[in-house]
Amino acid sequence: MKTTRLLVLGLCAALMPALGSAAGGGASLDEFESTDSKRSLQRGARVFLNYCLGCHTADYHRYSRMATDIGLSDEFVADNMIFTTDKEGDATKVGALMASSMTEDYGEKSFGIVPPNLALTARSRGVDWLYTYMRSFYLDESRPFGANNVVLPQVGMPHVLAHLQGWQTANYEDRDGQEVFTGFEKLTRGELSPDEYDGLIRDLVSFMDYLGDPNRATRHAVGFWVMLFLIIFLVLAIMLKKEYWKDVRH
Amino acid sequence: MSKVTDTIAWIDERFPLTKSWETHVSKYYAPKNFNFWYYFGSLALVVLVIQIVTGIFLTMNYKPDGELAFKSVEYIMRDVNWGWLIRYMHSTGASMFFVVVYLHMFRALMYGSYKKPRELLWIFGMFIYLALMAEAFMGYLLPWGQMSFWGAQVIISLFGAIPFGIGDALTLWLRGDYVVSDATLNRFFALHVIAVPLVLVFLVIAHIVALHEVGSNNPDGVDIKKLKDANGVPLDGIPFHPYYTVKDMVGLAVFLIIFFAIVFYAPEMGGYFLEHANYIPADPLKTPEHIAPVWYFTPFYAILRAVPDKLGGVIAMFMAIVVLFFLPWIDRNNVRSIRYRSLAYKGILAAFVIAFIVLGYLGMQQPTPFRTFLSQFCSLVYFGFFVALFFISRNEQTRRVPDRVTH
Repeated sequence: MKTTRLLVLGLCAALMPALGSAAGGGASLDEFESTDSKRSLQRGARVFLNYCLGCHTADYHRYSRMATDIGLSDEFVADNMIFTTDKEGDATKVGALMASSMTEDYGEKSFGIVPPNLALTARSRGVDWLYTYMRSFYLDESRPFGANNVVLPQVGMPHVLAHLQGWQTANYEDRDGQEVFTGFEKLTRGELSPDEYDGLIRDLVSFMDYLGDPNRATRHAVGFWVMLFLIIFLVLAIMLKKEYWKDVRH
Repeated sequence: MSKVTDTIAWIDERFPLTKSWETHVSKYYAPKNFNFWYYFGSLALVVLVIQIVTGIFLTMNYKPDGELAFKSVEYIMRDVNWGWLIRYMHSTGASMFFVVVYLHMFRALMYGSYKKPRELLWIFGMFIYLALMAEAFMGYLLPWGQMSFWGAQVIISLFGAIPFGIGDALTLWLRGDYVVSDATLNRFFALHVIAVPLVLVFLVIAHIVALHEVGSNNPDGVDIKKLKDANGVPLDGIPFHPYYTVKDMVGLAVFLIIFFAIVFYAPEMGGYFLEHANYIPADPLKTPEHIAPVWYFTPFYAILRAVPDKLGGVIAMFMAIVVLFFLPWIDRNNVRSIRYRSLAYKGILAAFVIAFIVLGYLGMQQPTPFRTFLSQFCSLVYFGFFVALFFISRNEQTRRVPDRVTH
């Protein structure tokens, strides 16, 4: 029986690596590791609220919750980071959901589709995708907003951060009748150097990673104590079992 | 007499409290040689309780409405106190229920626990498995994500393969609309939170009553009731309480460590327990590139796709489950445990398990010609197991089963 048990455990172990690599997609993605540095998340929040929330919404999450989680005060967020108004025309309250300043109708008229909610994009697409996507816009005059994207071809979104990144073109090569992306070519300089721009996107994607799964830090912290309790419980249960089973001959 | 014994005596005159406790727990004699494989019955009961309790709390905050459902789940995750814990316990519980039940069923297969006199016990168990699949399928629609929507769309459309106009009428009746919609969501909610759970609980009670009537099987497949001492207690039996209550506590602790490690550190389980595409709200106008059911359905989904004809595939898929009901009569050998059965039996059982796991993998993948061929081959092995078992078990060379349990 020991052997079957080992076999089952072995099978589980063999299947584990496969569990890691579930998501996939077209172009090759750059690997991304989120940071949980508060400064980084605050910078990411600034980019997100200044740029993304202009057209997109994230109305599953609240400003006040974000403030607490990334180490800002409600007052600071209310005064510096909220750019929308409520139905009465007053500034949006800090306890409100992070909604877009654009209505869905206006979004659809402007872009052809309603810009998607970004609160969960880090979970549906993954952080690697986001990090690569935000650095893969290129000049394409055939597109309505003059921009295309290597990761999401024919994308409806303009290159909002072009003034920071500068413009680039994408080179494609014909390989056996298939268009294969070979690299970018810089056209104009932006306000940021390439390294600074990558750093900005790193902050932004780390923030969106937080936004998708805001309880991760709490989860890991609580999980530690639960695991500790369960391990102690296991040891006691084993001792109790041994004590009772002393008198069973088997 | 103390107050407590007085109270118990008062109750016992009016309700079989002590009697029930003795019949089912303190004087239920279980074989003393239960091994690793015997933890999963009690663990299944634990998961059922986890699902019911977390489900109740989810119901308090969830909105079964096409416009609100997705958002209400995120509300639970972000605004409800400990909502994320309740929700992840429920989603992890769904997958772990199947892990536990599959291991429990494999145990029954290995030690012949479905054989006389436990045929009805096995059939109740199979009905539990069916109800569990219905429960999981309907529950998966409720978060109202892309996979919820399109998974339900694909599975319900399978019934459309039934000919003579029955199929179309049936799918329309099931959905309450021409596509999966708010009407479907509402009825699935009702079925998921009350109808199927009631059936499940009733079946679990029937399963346990049947078990306690005939007694537990064991890894040796020995009938412990044949040899009893002067008091009528089986020589190889020990009372369930305290021996197995304390032993199951060890199994419970190990199980909860795995369960909560997933809940706290990998609730999505790499996209297998919570699929990535389900973080996009349901959109009837946008079909996802790749629709696959959750892992616990994929072996049957692979059998469905292995058959080129739609109706044939649907029939094959349902037959793959129906055939299990007849196992007690397909296996014609009296020897229960794999320990005393022939090499041929061990061989076909191993092939069956491997085929089932490979089918589970293939059901998650995009079909390619090779994968389809492999699915067809594994489907043949799956059904071949039952055919081979029917013939092998007739005149099988088995070893002599001992009178007493060994280990």
